[in-house]
Amino acid sequence: MKAAVGGYARARDLRHALELLSSADGMGRVLAGGQSLVAALNMRLTTGDILVDISALADCRGVADDGGTLRIGALTRHAEIGRDPLVRAHAPLLAEAVGHIAHAAIRNRGTIGGAIAHADPAAEFPACALALGAVMRVEGLDGPRDIPVEAFFRDTFETALAEGEILTAISVPKAAPGEVQVIQEVARRSGDYALAGLCLVRRAGRHRLALFSTGPKPMLATAAMAALDGGDTEAAISALKAEIDPPSDTQASGAYRRHLAGVLLRRAVARIEGGTR
Amino acid sequence: MTEIVRDRIDVALTVNGEPVEARVPAGQHLIDFLRLELGLTGAHASCEHGVCGACTIRVDGDAVRGCLMLAAQADGAEVWTVEGLTDTGEIADLQAAFVARNALQCGFCTPGMLVAAQELLARGGAPSRGEIREHLSGNYCRCTGYEAIVDAVEAVAMARAGAAAQEGGGGA
Amino acid sequence: MTIAFGNPDRPNSYIGKTVPRPNAPRLVQGRGRFVDDITLPRMAHVAFVRSPYAHARIGGIDAAAAKAVKGVLRVFTGADIAEVCTPWVAVLAHLKGLKSPPQHALATDRATWVGEPVAAVLATTRAAAEEAASLVEVAYEALPVVTDMMSALDETTPVIHPDLGDNLAFRRLHDEGDVEGAFAGAHAVVSARFRTARHTGVTLEPRSILVDWNPAEGQLVAWHATQAPHMMQTVLAKHLALPESRVRVICGDVGGSYGIKVHVYPDEVATAAIAKIMGRPVKFVADRLESFTTDIHARDHIVDARLAVDEAGRILAFDVDDWTAIGPYSVYPRTSAIEGNQVVNLCGGPYDFANYRARTTVVFQNKTPTCQYRAVGHPIAVAITEGLVDMAAAELGMDPVEIRRRNLYADDAYPATSPAKMRFEGLSHHASLDKLVALMDYDALRADQAAARKRGVHRGIGIASFIELTNPSPFMYGIGGARISAQDGCTVRMDPDGSVVALSGVTEQGQGTEAMLAQIVAEGVGVSPSEVRVVTGDTQVTPYGGGTWASRGAGIGGEAALQAARALRDSILEVAAAMLQSEPGRLDIRAGAVVDPDTGEERLSLAELGRIVYFRGDTLPKGLPRELVQTRHFITSEYPFAFTNGVQASYLEVDVETGVVTLLKHWCVEDCGRIVNPQLVDEQIRGGIVQGLGGALYEEIHYDEEGQLLNGSMADYLVPMAAETPDMIVGHVETPTKESLLGAKGAGEAGTAGAPAAVMNAINDALRPLGAQVTEMPFTPERILRALGAIED
Repeated sequence: MKAAVGGYARARDLRHALELLSSADGMGRVLAGGQSLVAALNMRLTTGDILVDISALADCRGVADDGGTLRIGALTRHAEIGRDPLVRAHAPLLAEAVGHIAHAAIRNRGTIGGAIAHADPAAEFPACALALGAVMRVEGLDGPRDIPVEAFFRDTFETALAEGEILTAISVPKAAPGEVQVIQEVARRSGDYALAGLCLVRRAGRHRLALFSTGPKPMLATAAMAALDGGDTEAAISALKAEIDPPSDTQASGAYRRHLAGVLLRRAVARIEGGTR
Repeated sequence: MTEIVRDRIDVALTVNGEPVEARVPAGQHLIDFLRLELGLTGAHASCEHGVCGACTIRVDGDAVRGCLMLAAQADGAEVWTVEGLTDTGEIADLQAAFVARNALQCGFCTPGMLVAAQELLARGGAPSRGEIREHLSGNYCRCTGYEAIVDAVEAVAMARAGAAAQEGGGGA
Repeated sequence: MTIAFGNPDRPNSYIGKTVPRPNAPRLVQGRGRFVDDITLPRMAHVAFVRSPYAHARIGGIDAAAAKAVKGVLRVFTGADIAEVCTPWVAVLAHLKGLKSPPQHALATDRATWVGEPVAAVLATTRAAAEEAASLVEVAYEALPVVTDMMSALDETTPVIHPDLGDNLAFRRLHDEGDVEGAFAGAHAVVSARFRTARHTGVTLEPRSILVDWNPAEGQLVAWHATQAPHMMQTVLAKHLALPESRVRVICGDVGGSYGIKVHVYPDEVATAAIAKIMGRPVKFVADRLESFTTDIHARDHIVDARLAVDEAGRILAFDVDDWTAIGPYSVYPRTSAIEGNQVVNLCGGPYDFANYRARTTVVFQNKTPTCQYRAVGHPIAVAITEGLVDMAAAELGMDPVEIRRRNLYADDAYPATSPAKMRFEGLSHHASLDKLVALMDYDALRADQAAARKRGVHRGIGIASFIELTNPSPFMYGIGGARISAQDGCTVRMDPDGSVVALSGVTEQGQGTEAMLAQIVAEGVGVSPSEVRVVTGDTQVTPYGGGTWASRGAGIGGEAALQAARALRDSILEVAAAMLQSEPGRLDIRAGAVVDPDTGEERLSLAELGRIVYFRGDTLPKGLPRELVQTRHFITSEYPFAFTNGVQASYLEVDVETGVVTLLKHWCVEDCGRIVNPQLVDEQIRGGIVQGLGGALYEEIHYDEEGQLLNGSMADYLVPMAAETPDMIVGHVETPTKESLLGAKGAGEAGTAGAPAAVMNAINDALRPLGAQVTEMPFTPERILRALGAIED
């Protein structure tokens, strides 16, 4: 299992990275933490890529307090997010999610930007971003643009990032007073991709519910959210089961995942209402 | 700008405290570089897709998967493998505990397991068995069933915590 | 010749004590030497082109693009390899009717499973070889695929090997007593369909071989990650037309075996053939994706079984119909019929009953070949047996411990012959069960279970008694014509400084063979274990032997070592007696010195004796034998196998909303006869248990109908990891075999044999009040919820 890549270049700064990408004739691939990409390279799932290594771009790493929002650099590593005091205080969902992502050694190098740009439908961070209503800061040679998370995830491994663009930061609104954020998932083993999972945020009496591992991309369960806003958990569970169409694979059937989503929602609601699970 | 996209990349790094300069193939992962170019065969290539942990090494202070990092990315990095950690004596107590408790059988996972365990132990305190198991949950061992490994790590954690407490007490 | 094993204070009492493994410090320092760690001058790397089809005719092979890759030395087709390497047929005469077609190292005209090697690329690096292999164009013509086990023999199913007539590889029916009559007169009958999934070993070190052919010396050297170096010497010599004396197989550190590395793999033999063609060293290390499609698989069984009991819960009869599918070839040279045969041999094994019928049907299919993997057949037989026994207990309202007490062979019933015609020399089922019940505090656990249930928490206790086949005689393979040694040998030598070297035919795979041999030799000679250097895994220097399989290292290899060590002791004492003007019987060797046995007073150090013998032999009496090296071989002769026994228990919790099983604790009491090194035995048991837990909860190879393997990566084929694995309490009863002085039986597979059944019974114990039952492994969250009727499709 030896990678066959087209070339490698280490970007000095963002501009350099964008130029490298634009000159790669469509074969450019952004290399950040590499925890998904290098595995894919080794398995020759992708060959001939021109790797643009952005991991040294210090501007894109770290968490900043932007007043009403937290600005999380795309190169901030999972482990850093897990122990960051700003994140723990203002976006505890992300800190809790880190404990579910793979294993310690992966979390030491994997980046939040990489996880979100990779858009694995079974990954935690994309669903967290969705539940939190994050905004993606994207840079291209023509300048930056902001993409609301609802418009970011398009399909399995597919996002609104255009060819040659780089995700540089994720901004999430700071938790409001009394806001509760929880993540619930079931995986076969610790650190495995979830069979199904969800992020539930209750902000000023309104709910945001984002599902992962239940479809081709993380999704907001809007019907269930409306039922939760109305205070009817059982209706929300029914609505959730109706609005997802999970896939089947060697680990579980879609029917199991649908059932599981309902169980997880009930547990998440119990948690935000002060229960133990 | 294309002139700096290359299929062979110059890197300068330190490995086990020694400076290393090399020209590496663009797609070569760090473990192949350490094994094939430097003869450091302690860390192993096993799954090469980041799942088994046999390639766990220390890069810039963190335990990482050597197979999920390209050698080209190690430019400027400080890399430690089990060979270097042995030479400095940093994990001598952990190694002794592994031997005493027979926390290894075939030994193929052991170098990676030691690096992963040392990361947890370096945080200090006395992690619970559950925390030890969770921290090592990305390191596959087919031989032992893990209990002996957990025992060895737990014993070292308690010994180090005891030693630290004694030092603290003696110094007061 | 006796040893007072009962006296722990006897001189040189190393047998029975925990002694550190001499090879462990090297491994924790990263100084192991695995095959992939070895680099030789002019070494080249081979990568294989593997069939993407489960069944296809191989047309033209176009290697032009591959040859253009920088670093490529040569591309080989099946025909190229067939010129220097003969094909093999994996059958055994005593498995009557077993058939399998000739198999080539590289497929010549047809590919019969996804992953079968069809061409090979040799290059200066593995990366170049892989790149070139991806560019070899093979013209495949897809052929009909057989994947379903139960319809493999149907008239309408295509026959994979037309020359064989049908897809039946082997069938055996064993019928003892009056099964139909027993069922007709039974008080209760329980039945179920059991399913064990296709597993593979997932050795952390992938299969690895490095072969050098030196045409000037006419010698082939293979550094091989194998359990059976002498068997491989024989195989390579035979199929590459070399004398066995000109083939040297070196087995250094091996990164996990579990039975996976005891077989002959076509790509490994092809590597040797390529080395012979090229006259330079050639390395093949399977990558992880290759491992999943080409390491042997195992345990793919569907079994319909039933059990008849009387009203007291006494077992009247077992009736077992086992089916397994083995891929397109029986695997050389052990064959792929053994696993099914073991199911027939082992069902009902712990129990004293009269009427037994079991049939195994072994069929061909277009999937990866299956063969022997740790605890061959045992996990299947134990699951069937113990699953049915628990079902019968539930049917009768009887406690699972009680029904076992009523049916297990009495501890004084031996020798005994089971209805499967297995002969037991001496087992300890009741003592083991009593010890288990005490260790786990069975009654307290039942109380905890009841209290949990009141809280809506569903916990279960599962018990599984088992027997394990160890120390095999030639009845396992040799009588069927396979050149697989059931005998093993050891040479023990004293060097001039009084230190001792032992060369053994059994091998070290990490289980602690070298430590075990060191302490046996130390006790046998009378030196400290640290004074014994053990050498294994080199066919050029060690006595011919079978290697590591069927839990034979201690029982066979250990006994050979003990006898050789005692012989060396006798030789030393004969010389010492001459030097000291004493009698050998009035001297002993303790801690490296010849002593007076009554006072312990040192008369002569071994170093001094060595100095005289090796350098001043002129001072010894003329004609005095001075052979400070002795070789002994051992083979069992009274019993075909040394059976061991044991019993396991699992305590677990089932989340009935998600179907997730959490293992809380696991216990095992087993009887492997004389324990040489308690720590090593315990760790064999624990490691084995966790391998069994993998089968119970996680491990399952999935194929689609076209024979494509769907989960061939470590992200998708789940093995047990640290976070989900419970702590395990291990206890022992010791019933030494009388076949040897040492009295050791095997311990390597007991954990794996019993764990899946214990987990299954515990899950069903938890689910029983909810009216649910699972018998299809692995017990995934989904299977459990489906049993509970919780999933709406």
